[in-house]
Amino acid sequence: MTLQDLPALIGVGLVAIATLVIGSWGLRLSRTTSDFFVASRTVNPRLNASAIGGEYLSAASFLGVAGLLLTFGADMLWYPIGWTAGYLVLLALVAAPLRRSGAYTLPDFAEARLGSRGARAACSLLVVAIAWLYLVPQFQGAGLTLSAMVGAPTWVGPLVVGVVVLAGISSGGMRSITFVQAFQYWLKLTALLIPAAILLAVWAGDGAPAAAGGAADLAEWSNPLAGDGGGRGLYLTYSLILATFLGTMGLPHVVVRFYTNPDGPAARRTTLVVLGLLGLFYVIPPVYGALGRVYADELASSGRSDVLVLELPRLMIDGPMGDVLSGLVTAGAFAAFLSTSSGLSIAVAGVLGQDVFDRAFGRRLRGVAAFRLGAVVAVVVPLLVALSLPNLGIARAVGLAFAIAASTFCPLLVLGIWWRRLTDVGAVAGLLVGFLGAGSAVLWAMASRPTDGWAVLLEQPAAWSVPLAFATMAGVSLLTQDRVPAHTRRFLARLHAPESLALDRSSS
Amino acid sequence: MTEPPPTRVRVTGPPRRRQVAQRPVDLEAESPLSEVYLDSLLAAQLRLAGRILVMLGLAVGSLPLVFFVVPGLAERQLAGIPLSWLVLGLGVYPVLILLGWRYVVRAERNERDFVDLTRGTR
Repeated sequence: MTLQDLPALIGVGLVAIATLVIGSWGLRLSRTTSDFFVASRTVNPRLNASAIGGEYLSAASFLGVAGLLLTFGADMLWYPIGWTAGYLVLLALVAAPLRRSGAYTLPDFAEARLGSRGARAACSLLVVAIAWLYLVPQFQGAGLTLSAMVGAPTWVGPLVVGVVVLAGISSGGMRSITFVQAFQYWLKLTALLIPAAILLAVWAGDGAPAAAGGAADLAEWSNPLAGDGGGRGLYLTYSLILATFLGTMGLPHVVVRFYTNPDGPAARRTTLVVLGLLGLFYVIPPVYGALGRVYADELASSGRSDVLVLELPRLMIDGPMGDVLSGLVTAGAFAAFLSTSSGLSIAVAGVLGQDVFDRAFGRRLRGVAAFRLGAVVAVVVPLLVALSLPNLGIARAVGLAFAIAASTFCPLLVLGIWWRRLTDVGAVAGLLVGFLGAGSAVLWAMASRPTDGWAVLLEQPAAWSVPLAFATMAGVSLLTQDRVPAHTRRFLARLHAPESLALDRSSS
Repeated sequence: MTEPPPTRVRVTGPPRRRQVAQRPVDLEAESPLSEVYLDSLLAAQLRLAGRILVMLGLAVGSLPLVFFVVPGLAERQLAGIPLSWLVLGLGVYPVLILLGWRYVVRAERNERDFVDLTRGTR
C-alpha cells in the first residue's frame, strides 16, 4: 500500500461507516418482526424507489458492464438495457398484484396462491439458490476491487463486505436497510457521474483522440449482436434479452422490496421512478467503456477489464487528482457490493428464518432471532464459496442468475397472477424443468467448455428454458385441474381489485 | 354556586379504516355478477399489459433484428459516435420510461373505471 492508495482506502472506510451509522439509526425505528422483514410496509414511493435502485445496482452494473463494453463492444449494451427493461415488464405484469397479495416473500406468495406446502418448499430452495449465485460474484468483485486499489489480498474484500452486511441486516432488518440503500443509490450515481464528466473533459482537452485500431476493429466493436454477429450472435442476443427482461421479476431481493409499498398503486409508481433512476445510471458505464478503449486498451487484453472503472481515472489523470477520483469510484463500487449483498442476504435470511429455523427450532427460536440466525447462514455460505471458487466474471455470473430467475419465478408469478387454472403440481413441475434447464447452463459455464455448434444453447439458455418452463407449468396444470385451489377466485380478486373497494385485507 | 363539572368528552381521531359509503358488489363472493366484473377488470389489465409489452418488443426487441438485417447500420456514425452506441446506450431509456408512464396512467384509469362500475350498481 502506498500514499496514492489512501483516497480509495478512505472512501471504502467512509462507505462502510456510513452504512453502519445509517443502519443503526434505522434500528431505533425497527421493533417488530414486520419491521425486519418488510419495513412494516410504510415506505413512500420515492424513498422506496431510491432504495430499490440502490439495492439493484450491483457490482455487475457498477464494474462489470464497463469492463464488458471495453472487451466485447456494443453487444454488451444489452445487459443494462435488459436490467432496466426488466422493471418495465415487472411493472406491467406483477407490481401491483404482487403487493396486494399480502405475502412477505416469494415462497409466501406461492403458498398463498396455490395452498401448497410443497410449492412453498420448492420456492424456498430456489430463492436461496438464485440469491447465492448472485451473491458470490458480489463478494468476488469486492476482493478484486480491494486488491486492485489498495493492494490487499483478495480475501480481504469479501470478508469486509460480509461483516458489514451482517452487522447491518442483523441489527436493523428491512427498515434500516431501506435508508441505507436509498443513500447508496445516490452515492453510486455521484461516484460514477462526477469522474465520468471530468474524464470526458480531459479527453476533450487531449484533442478527443480516437481509439487505436482500424475500421475493422471499430466495426467489430460497434456490432450490437453477440459474437461474430451471425445467426449465432442473434440467438445469443435474443436469449440474453429474454433472460434479463423476464428475470428481473424473479430476483429474490427485487421481489421482497415490493412488499414494502403501502398499496398497489404505490407499487406501480415506485416501479416507474425506478425505471427513471436506472435509466439515469446506465447512461454512464458506456462512457467508461468508450474512454477505456482509447486510454486503457491493455486492461482488456490482460483480462482485467472488470477493474476498468476503478483504474481509468488514474490512467488518464496523473497525480493526486486521479487518485482522488479513483478513490471516489472505489467508494461507489463498495457501496454497490454492500447494498446488493444486503438485499440478497435479507431475502435469504427471511426465507431461512421463516422456513427453516422457525420450524426446526420451534418455540425456542422465533421471529427476529430466527431472522438473525438466517442472516448469518445467508452471508457465510456464499462467502466461503466466493473464497474457494475461481472468478467467472462478474456480469457473466449475474447473467446466469437472471436466466434461472426468468426460467422459474417468472412463469410462476405471471401464471399465478393472471391464470386461474394454475395448480401446485403444475407450478412445481415448471419450476423444476426451468431450474434444470437454466441450471445446466450454469454448470456448463463453470466447466468452461468450448461453446461452438449446439453448445451455444447452453451458453445462454433462456430462449428455450423460459418457454419450456411456461409450457410445462401450464401443461401439467391442465392435466391436474382437480387440484385447482378452492380459493383461487377470491385470491385473484384480491390481487386485482383496487384498494379503494376496501375488500377484506385482514391478512395483509 | 359550583357549576356541575363538564361532561367528559372523549377525543378520537378520524377512523383508521376508510369507510366505504355504499357497500358495493362483494367481489370475493361467488356470485355470477362479481365474476363478470372481475373478468372484465382482469381482461382490461391483461390487454393493457400485453399492449405495453408488444410496444416494448417493437421498439426495443426489434433492434437486434434490424441491425442484423441491415449490415453496416451499426457503424454509421452520428457526431462521431457509432449509431449502435447512440441507440442502445442512450436512446432506449427514454422509450422505456415513456412506456412505463403510459402503463401507470392507463392501469390507474382501468381501476377507477372498475370502481365506478361496481359502485354504480347496487
